[in-house]
Amino acid sequence: MTDADICKVLQEELGNIAPEADLASVDPAADLREAIDIDSMDFLNFITALHHRLGIDIPELDYPKLVTMDGAVKYIAAHLKVA
Amino acid sequence: MPSLGADMEAGTLVEWLVKPGDKVKHGDIIAVVETQKGAIEIETFQAGQVEKFLVEVNSKVPVGTPLAVIRAEGEAKPAAAPAPPPGTPAAPKAAAPPVAPPPMQVPPRAPSPPIAPGAPALRVSPAARQLAAQRGIDLSTITGTGPQGAITYTDVEARLGAAGAAAPAAAPAKKRAPTLNLDAMRVAIAAAMARSKREIPHYYLTHQVDVTVCEQWLAQKNAALPPDSRLLIGALALKAVALACRRFPAFNGFYRENRYVPSEAVHTGVAIAIRGGGLTAPALHDADKLALDDLMARMRDLIQRTRAGRIRGSEMSDPTITVTSLGERGVEALYGIIYPPQVAIVGFGKVVMRPWVVDGAIGPRSVVTITLSADHRVTDGHAGALFLAEIGTLLQEPNNL
Repeated sequence: MTDADICKVLQEELGNIAPEADLASVDPAADLREAIDIDSMDFLNFITALHHRLGIDIPELDYPKLVTMDGAVKYIAAHLKVA
Repeated sequence: MPSLGADMEAGTLVEWLVKPGDKVKHGDIIAVVETQKGAIEIETFQAGQVEKFLVEVNSKVPVGTPLAVIRAEGEAKPAAAPAPPPGTPAAPKAAAPPVAPPPMQVPPRAPSPPIAPGAPALRVSPAARQLAAQRGIDLSTITGTGPQGAITYTDVEARLGAAGAAAPAAAPAKKRAPTLNLDAMRVAIAAAMARSKREIPHYYLTHQVDVTVCEQWLAQKNAALPPDSRLLIGALALKAVALACRRFPAFNGFYRENRYVPSEAVHTGVAIAIRGGGLTAPALHDADKLALDDLMARMRDLIQRTRAGRIRGSEMSDPTITVTSLGERGVEALYGIIYPPQVAIVGFGKVVMRPWVVDGAIGPRSVVTITLSADHRVTDGHAGALFLAEIGTLLQEPNNL
């Protein structure tokens, strides 16, 4: 899976949570919780969706690494390799 | 037509999810009603067989109008009960039992059994079963979100949606009503909040609580759980409020016609922000009796359904107290407005790291500000202070929540 593929998955899953958000225009370094106004329940649903879709384990301690698009792509790429 | 909120006077029936002849049981979702707060799924509280509809689709009728006749098992047909013409309020002596309880009545509920995955018999609403049969969907592959895990019409619909365009288009597409009308919701919020501020003499209290132990407990518990089973601190907060209500019933009930009536059941309203603006606070039923993981699962389901415009009638009419949180946005304390005819709303702010004195030494602790807005016609500040202190105490032992 390339970084572009991962980015597409992230955008799809975030789109399910925040359908009205223009994800293409979100700064890849911005905190997603503020950029597209998602709360802790939305974020948990996002993590759950990634877990189900990609089969990677994302412990709670790693949440801060996934709060930006850049960070999330990097994290998932690294963990898909391990898996 | 059940009352689905303090200021609801009428509703429009937009869809029947059963048909005459269908057998229904307590809790089945049988119709969809459009209100100012969007499309609401209406449950029946009467088991039996649907005999006939009294209200046609797309009719707007006042609250209290019987929608259908459901005959209980073994109940004889009346000799010749004249049916009121569709769309008109029924005569008070109509033989038909209304499908919903009288407005705002809160029936005491038995504790719901936990949702058991892989339970032997599937609970499926008749409409869901029918739709699944029409579209060739295997019901055992669907996870129900209805009462006790029942598979509802919308669960099957969701599956059809997930199957995408490949689904056969043979059956007539049942288009649901537009889900959330934010302009109408704003009107409903305006009416309820203006009434609250006109009629309810609010008093406000603030209580700061060290929730470090909750955070540590959650971190430890969640470390061993997959994401879909993890708990949020909001679940602990909700359970603590619900348990405190048992000891302080003066904050859990309804004030109507110059009289306060406490509720035996604790149905916490969960304030849920709608994307794009709007707010609603549907009930999480029997929150005081639910184990934390069950409560979390139901809260998650409730929030998802609410944001998708799939609230059920009982969830709109049953809340006995409201819990609200703006903790995500840096707000440390919020002072809620009571949703009439309730008499209290508890607010949770953001959990912040603060220097705190523990055992004579200053150290960093996670602190949350809990607020209470309560109705001074029912309680005084002293009782409110005890109620807030009880919530704080309960949060010190998350294991017992």
